[in-house]
Amino acid sequence: MNRLEVKHLKKYYTSQKAVDDISFSLAPGSIFGLLGPNGAGKTTLIRMITGILYPDEGDIIFNGQPFNPDKDNAYIGYMPEEKGLYKKMKIGDQAIYLAQLKGLSKATAIERVKQWFIKFEMQSWWNKKVEDLSKGMQQKLQFVTTVLNDPKLIILDEPFSGLDPVNSNLIKEEIHKLAQNGASIIFSTHRMEQVEEICDHIILVNKGQKILDGTVSGVKQQFKENIFSIGLDSQPGPINSPAFEVINSRDEQLILKIKEGFRSNDVLHYFLQQQIGINSFQEILPSLSEIFIKLVEGTPLTRQFETVTA
Amino acid sequence: MNKILLVIQREYLVRVKKKSFVVTTILVPIVIVVFYAVIIAIGMSGSSEKNKIAVIDQANLFNGKVENAKRDGSQYVFITGQSPDSIKEFYPKMGYDYFLFIPPMDFSQRVNNIQLYSKSPVSVTLKSKVEKTINNAIEQKRLQSANISPEQYRSIKSDISIENKLKNGKEEKKSVAGVASGVAFFCGMLIYIIMLIYGTMVMRGVMEEKISRIAEVMVSSVKPFQLMMGKIIGIGAVGLTQFAIWILLIAGLQFILPFFIPGLDASAIPQAGPTGGMAGTMGMMETMRTGLHSVPWVLIIGCFIFYFLGGFLLYASLFAAVGSVVSDDQQEAQQMVFPIMMPIILGFVIMTKAISEPNSPLVVFGSLFPLTSPVVMMGRIMYDVPASQLITSMLLLVLGFLFFAWLTAKIYRTGILMYGKKVSWKEMIKWAFRKS
Repeated sequence: MNRLEVKHLKKYYTSQKAVDDISFSLAPGSIFGLLGPNGAGKTTLIRMITGILYPDEGDIIFNGQPFNPDKDNAYIGYMPEEKGLYKKMKIGDQAIYLAQLKGLSKATAIERVKQWFIKFEMQSWWNKKVEDLSKGMQQKLQFVTTVLNDPKLIILDEPFSGLDPVNSNLIKEEIHKLAQNGASIIFSTHRMEQVEEICDHIILVNKGQKILDGTVSGVKQQFKENIFSIGLDSQPGPINSPAFEVINSRDEQLILKIKEGFRSNDVLHYFLQQQIGINSFQEILPSLSEIFIKLVEGTPLTRQFETVTA
Repeated sequence: MNKILLVIQREYLVRVKKKSFVVTTILVPIVIVVFYAVIIAIGMSGSSEKNKIAVIDQANLFNGKVENAKRDGSQYVFITGQSPDSIKEFYPKMGYDYFLFIPPMDFSQRVNNIQLYSKSPVSVTLKSKVEKTINNAIEQKRLQSANISPEQYRSIKSDISIENKLKNGKEEKKSVAGVASGVAFFCGMLIYIIMLIYGTMVMRGVMEEKISRIAEVMVSSVKPFQLMMGKIIGIGAVGLTQFAIWILLIAGLQFILPFFIPGLDASAIPQAGPTGGMAGTMGMMETMRTGLHSVPWVLIIGCFIFYFLGGFLLYASLFAAVGSVVSDDQQEAQQMVFPIMMPIILGFVIMTKAISEPNSPLVVFGSLFPLTSPVVMMGRIMYDVPASQLITSMLLLVLGFLFFAWLTAKIYRTGILMYGKKVSWKEMIKWAFRKS
């Protein structure tokens, strides 16, 4: 059973189709990247999944049941892009309060907060106020408050912004642990290298519509352009082969593209025939960043307003 | 329901634990009582000051002795056998503060050439004291020459105050216009101040949530309506707590203070002037006492609590809506708040009119219209408001609150998640009436 199924979700505003018929599903334990340019409708989509907005059309199925925000909020952790906490409130009290709002009893809340504070070495913060913390520390605290209720669905919108590499890794590890324990994670960011590193599944949204859906490796295979890198032991002479063309070369290292109808063996064959030793041969898969740019290219940088007739 | 309680609890505790809350809550009554004590103390010290006055009484007005001189704190010393001109020169060196010169005169005529010399201008109180002393003496002389005894004079002299009886249906009762309207006006003003102070507090609380960006985290666990009502109720409870503490502290301090400052209790406050004034004060005290006694406290306190709660809830939800739509700009907040302030101020203006014309159409309208009724009805409540009007007013206030809570909740839930965009009134109205 999928943790979350989103079926034909629509949300139209007067001037934009913010989310226009998006469907996807999310298995327990998977880490799911939600990608898209600014204004693509990601925030609106997330807000519908967290129960902040009601969809105009479509269904959200959570744990096999139609999504009921009042009840299911207890199993969802949401860290929005616009992060914030009560600045004047003591950190310990604040974490307990947010956990209680997620339905935890006071005793459990205190216990969980203590556990997490120890895990993240934040015990000494307990009586400090949020305004005394640096931005990175606030971010860490925000992450803790998001996962206190041991959520089954965790939605993280740019969770690493403002974090140093050490703390980023700390949180990355926790995200993996949570996923191993069965939580499903929706991870929204513009940092493609983080998506490649963390996510096993992605969807790409543009102009309110889903334009790509698949596993990270599947997507890369789908968009590969038969580009290979080959390392030779001496500089080759002028290359003339029907099988491939050289895109780029630096000393003994060549980047080449295999033409339609040929295989990588044809490349190796060519160099063997030339009596040139081959040190390395590797396929270059496109990075998610390249795929992203390719797909979104041509879209105006900022989304234009349009008249919606729904 | 449990969540709204959590929100109320947080909003309440965060504010009550603040240093500024503790400071204002404890300081305000102390300042009021100390201020009051200082005023009394100044009044007393003024009267205990000894003024030594040299008198040359060429008209023999006082027959060498001033009655009641001790009571007004002055010492009159009669000087004979010296010329006024020399005393005028030397009275300060002789140890006098003032020099009073009464030339020879005929008391049956108009008296206008009595002079009081001093180094610096005399105070109004001293001048009136001396004038009173002289007036009394002249009255005595004139009574003597007319052959009227002081007893006869007292029986002739008239000093009345009109008693206003109300005849309304079968019941006849005493009206105590002054005291009652005073109490009612005070209650109306209190509600006016509460709505302004605590309304803005709600607005700032909402703005804080929006500016610190915690709103989105919050509304993913509680409904926006719960968050809004929790804040409003929590802050309302803070207000009630503060008022309760103030009332207790003021009552307590007034009870305790006389022990620390001896001579502050009522008996020690000097009674002004001779017998006539005394009777006047007594009369006023009496009216005050019967007045306070006849104030229908149950009605006033009942209405006060109802209109306080109703008015606060209604305006707090309006302030919350404004807080949710402004971005982090104080000036913008002030602009948006203005349309909400207007009906409150209007209510206050109508209330001042209610004191003089409690049944004029404007006042009746103001006491029924939910945006002004909390203030206006309090000002009008002592003037026998028909039960039907009172019930209508209360009902309209409840309906008004429900309507505005419904309306503002819709503005609030959209506004609180909008960042960095200025929201126009047109958009707010659109949000308010949009089907969710």
